[in-house]
Amino acid sequence: MWRDAGLVAQRDLRIELRSRVTTNQVAPFALLVLLLFAFALDPDRGLLERVTPGLYWTAVLFSGLLALGRSAALDEVDGTRDALRLSGLDPAGVFLGKAAAVAAQLLALEALLALGVAVLYDAEPASAVLLLATCVAATAAVAAAGTLYGALVGGFRVRETLLPLVLLPVLAPVLIGATRAFEAALGGAAADGWPWCGLLAGFAIVYSVAGALAYGTLLEDT
Amino acid sequence: MDPEGDHYPRNTPGNAMESVVHLHAAVALLGRFPALAGVDLDVARGEIVLLSGANGAGKTTLLRVCAGLVPIVRGEAVVLGHDLRHDPRPVRHRVGLLGHATGLYDDLTVEENVRFWGRAARAARADVEAAMALVGLDGRLRTVAAGKLSAGQRRRTSLACLLARRPELWLLDEPHAGLDADARDQLDQLIVQAVSQGATVVLASHELDRARALAHRTVELVAGTIVPAGGEPAGGEPGAAAGDEPEHGDPAHGWLEHGERARGRHGEGASHVA
Repeated sequence: MWRDAGLVAQRDLRIELRSRVTTNQVAPFALLVLLLFAFALDPDRGLLERVTPGLYWTAVLFSGLLALGRSAALDEVDGTRDALRLSGLDPAGVFLGKAAAVAAQLLALEALLALGVAVLYDAEPASAVLLLATCVAATAAVAAAGTLYGALVGGFRVRETLLPLVLLPVLAPVLIGATRAFEAALGGAAADGWPWCGLLAGFAIVYSVAGALAYGTLLEDT
Repeated sequence: MDPEGDHYPRNTPGNAMESVVHLHAAVALLGRFPALAGVDLDVARGEIVLLSGANGAGKTTLLRVCAGLVPIVRGEAVVLGHDLRHDPRPVRHRVGLLGHATGLYDDLTVEENVRFWGRAARAARADVEAAMALVGLDGRLRTVAAGKLSAGQRRRTSLACLLARRPELWLLDEPHAGLDADARDQLDQLIVQAVSQGATVVLASHELDRARALAHRTVELVAGTIVPAGGEPAGGEPGAAAGDEPEHGDPAHGWLEHGERARGRHGEGASHVA
């Protein structure tokens, strides 16, 4: 399973590097979202600082949807889904590999957005450890749930528009948990943030296990 | 590829008549449409069987059933010893399907595509290299993105992916389509070579002259059933039969009877030697 996951993650990342969709489209889109929020709220600098965590994770989720949509679409063109079914790859490995590739892209995106937030919103972390742990847990949660739902809607012609519709409600707990944890990390009360970080980790584990178990069936049925 | 390689089970007196594909009264639905309406087919190890028939006769569906990609709802289907009704997944990595779609990732190069599918099937690096060399993709084309290839080059890349996997059962759907004359000859040689090493081939083609010369026997499909040479389609006109709605709530039911009538009319073991 782990070998197959590595193979698939390598493939997806290579395709992303080659197509440059993440660097040329997703990342600029994410920065644009941050910039627009900054324009909209700039007159009230205090408000901007208070809502920075929420804006950050909203930007991550919106731009993450693009990466997840891309990832799901990779195995829907020109017979690649059938080729996957015939390949002998462990479906759990395929799921974990795709989720890992999405997670790697999201982490790079989050690093870029963190820079943007620091420059545009004057945000400084009080607890870098909590900040990093939250990023890792929330990223794993978004990648696992997004990959699972990406496979769920993969067989539909309208998958590009359907994915945000079904995924965003599911990711609401991630948005809330990551925002609260970031608020704690930026506000200096790190102890208040760790339970939220734990919630994110639990979410990521549940969806990773569910995805690994269900992916084979989803490849068959959708 | 090593001609003396032992990847394929060898054709020996003991397994020469072993059935690689066994379908009996197999019914497969595409939605509610019975694409296969009671097919009987046995393919022995080392055989090359040609499926002929008009568009929509069920050739592609039959190949996909054999690959374990389309489930059967009635009848029996055993491929490489695996009962497809029970679980089709174990058989899949042992078959190679060259279909209308190529299964290639446009942003990966030829080499990366072949290597990915080869490694997915646990193929050795040497097999991957040999596969590309066999279809003439080891030159400048190996570093070209699949999205920039011509249709024929994509077809050859897809064939290289199949070769790298070294499947026991080759399922080829219009394999000559899009290939130039040299590539077609090369493909025919590869098929013959694979069979000499123990592989089994079922192919569907409209290029009957070329394919018949290659095949050990021809099986004709009409309206989702197999008929003998020159035989009438079961249940009347082929088009009318294929378009008829089944009389029963279960779409398979009427077509199973339809297939049984066909077998009754033409006798058991309806496939024929060309």
